[in-house]
Amino acid sequence: MPAITPEEVRHVAMLAHLDLSAEELDRIGVELNRILEYFAQLQKIDTEDVPVTSHAIPMTNVFREDEVQASLPVDEVIANAPDGVDEFFRVPRIIEE
Amino acid sequence: MAWQPCIGLEVHVELATESKMFCGCRNEFAAPPNSLCCPVCLGLPGSLPVPNRKAVEYVIRTGLALNCQVAETCRFARKNYFYPDLAKNFQISQYDEPLTYGGYIEFVADGEPVRIRIRRAHLEEDTGKNIHLPDGRSLVDYNRCGVPLMEIVTEPDFTTAEQCRVYLLELRSLLRYLEVSEANMEEGQLRAEPTVNLINSQTGQRTPKVEIKNLASIKAVHDAVQYEINRQLHAVEHGEEMFQETRRWNQQRGITTVMRRKETADDYMYFPEPDLPPLSPDPQWVAQIRASLPELPQQRRARFISQYGLPQYDAEVLTASKSTADYFEAVAAACADAKAASNWVMGDVQAYLNEHNLDITSFPLEPQRLAGLINLINEGVISSKIAKQVFPEMIATSRTAEQVVEEKGLKQIDDAGQLEAVIQEAIAANPKAVEDFKNGKQKALGALVGFVMRQTKGQANPQLVNQMLRQKLGA
Ligand SMILES: [Zn+2]
Repeated sequence: MPAITPEEVRHVAMLAHLDLSAEELDRIGVELNRILEYFAQLQKIDTEDVPVTSHAIPMTNVFREDEVQASLPVDEVIANAPDGVDEFFRVPRIIEE
Repeated sequence: MAWQPCIGLEVHVELATESKMFCGCRNEFAAPPNSLCCPVCLGLPGSLPVPNRKAVEYVIRTGLALNCQVAETCRFARKNYFYPDLAKNFQISQYDEPLTYGGYIEFVADGEPVRIRIRRAHLEEDTGKNIHLPDGRSLVDYNRCGVPLMEIVTEPDFTTAEQCRVYLLELRSLLRYLEVSEANMEEGQLRAEPTVNLINSQTGQRTPKVEIKNLASIKAVHDAVQYEINRQLHAVEHGEEMFQETRRWNQQRGITTVMRRKETADDYMYFPEPDLPPLSPDPQWVAQIRASLPELPQQRRARFISQYGLPQYDAEVLTASKSTADYFEAVAAACADAKAASNWVMGDVQAYLNEHNLDITSFPLEPQRLAGLINLINEGVISSKIAKQVFPEMIATSRTAEQVVEEKGLKQIDDAGQLEAVIQEAIAANPKAVEDFKNGKQKALGALVGFVMRQTKGQANPQLVNQMLRQKLGA
C-alpha cells in the first residue's frame, strides 16, 4: 500500500477544520502510515472469490415502526456540551462557506 | 438564440412522519429548542440508528408517483463534513444507490407540454439549525437534526423560469395528494435549489454551472432563475469571465450574489454507512404501495373536465389542493350543478378563506349547505344577487339556506300583483329613461329594472320585472 503523503494529511486536516502545525503534520503523517500498515496486511489475503461487501452481517430491511418515544430532557441534552447557553449549544465562530 | 438555458432542480422535502428518521424523537416544527433530541440524533457514542419504515414507504410512494424505478437493493451512505448543524460530523444520506431513480413528470408551462426527467428520489436525514449571534458565535438547535428528508433531483431539462415555477407547483400538489409532506416552503418543508447554466446550441459550448441558494418561495425560485439566465446571457454576450459557483438570492434587491467559488468538487468522502444494513424493498410491499396510490392531481384534473364538463382553468384551480377538490366534489354531488359549485368554490368560498386566513378543511360552511344555496338559486327561489347576502349569514349562523331565506324574508318576488306598484313608481320617477326606451334605445330599460331591484332590495324576479316593464311601455 502506498504511503500517505504530506499533501494528503494536509488535505484531510483541512476537511476536518483542523489547524495543525508543520511539526504536528509530520508526526500525524507517521502515525497514519503506521495504522495503514496494519491494513496492508489484509491486502495479502486472497479475496478472489469473495463478493464486494459493505456489511459483515447478512441482514437487510431492519426497520422500526413510526412511533414516537421520549426524548431526553433539555438539561441532559446540553449536559456534555463544553458551552451550553440556556437550552442551546453554543459554538465558536463558524467560517461561512 | 444560440445560447439556451439549461436548468436542473434539486428539491428537499421534509417527510410528515410522526417520529424522526433513525430514532423515536417526535418530528415536529417549532418545538422548544433541543427538546426533541436523544442519543441517536445527537450522535452520542454507542447509539445506533434504525430506519423508520414509514419514511422509506413515503419515498417509494413518491418515487412511484414520479414514474421512478424502485431499487431492488440500496444502501445508505455517510456524507462527511464538519459543520455544527450536524451533531455527528456526517449526514446519513444515499450516494450511488438511491432508493428510487429514473422517472419523469409531465405538465404544461408557457402553453407547451413539458416532460422533465427525474434522476432520483432518495432518503436522508435533515440537519439542525444555527442561529448566528452578533459576536460571531452560533447557537445550535438539533430538533430538526435527523428528521426524514427526501431529495428529488431532476435532470437539467428545464429551459425557462416558468417551467421551474410550474414544476414546483405540480410537485407540491403531488406531495400533498400523496400525504407524504405538508410541503410548505415558508416552513422549510420544501426547499428548492436550482442549478443554472447556458449551452450554445451551435457549438455545444457550456457556461459554468451556478447553484442558487436561499430561496424561500416558489416565486423566489422563478425570479432567481430568470435573473440568473439574464445575468449569464449578459456575461457571454460581453465576454465576461464566469465561474462555477454558489450564489445567494437576495430577495430585497432581486439579484444573486456570490457565496463561494467551487475550485474542486465537494470532498464529502462518501462511504457505505456501516451502522445500517442495506434495504431491499420487498416487491410485494412495493406492489401494495403502488396499489394504494390515490388519484393524483393530473388524473383528477382530467376527470373533472370529462365528468363535470368544467373548463381547464376551473379543473386546475380546484385540483391544486386535495381538500379543495374534495370539497368541490361534495358540493357538486349534492346540487347536480358542477359549474355553479365550481364558481362558488373558486369565488366566494376562496375569498372568505383568504380573508380569514383559513384552510378549506376548517371552513364552517359544509358542502351540503352550500349545495342547498345553489339549489335555491336554480329553483328560482332567490336570485344569485340575494344568494350573496345569504352566504355570509349561513357561515355566521350554521343555518341552512332555506332557513336564512325564510327568516330574513329574502324570497324572490314572483307575483306580478306585488310588483305592480313599484313598476308604476319606476316609470314615474325615470321619465328620461322611459323616453329613451320609447325612442328605440333598448339599453335604457336597464335603468328602470335597476330602480325596481333597488326598491325591492334585489328580491324582485328580474325576468318578470323586465317583462312587465316592456308590457307597460308598449314594447
Ligand atoms: Zn432522537
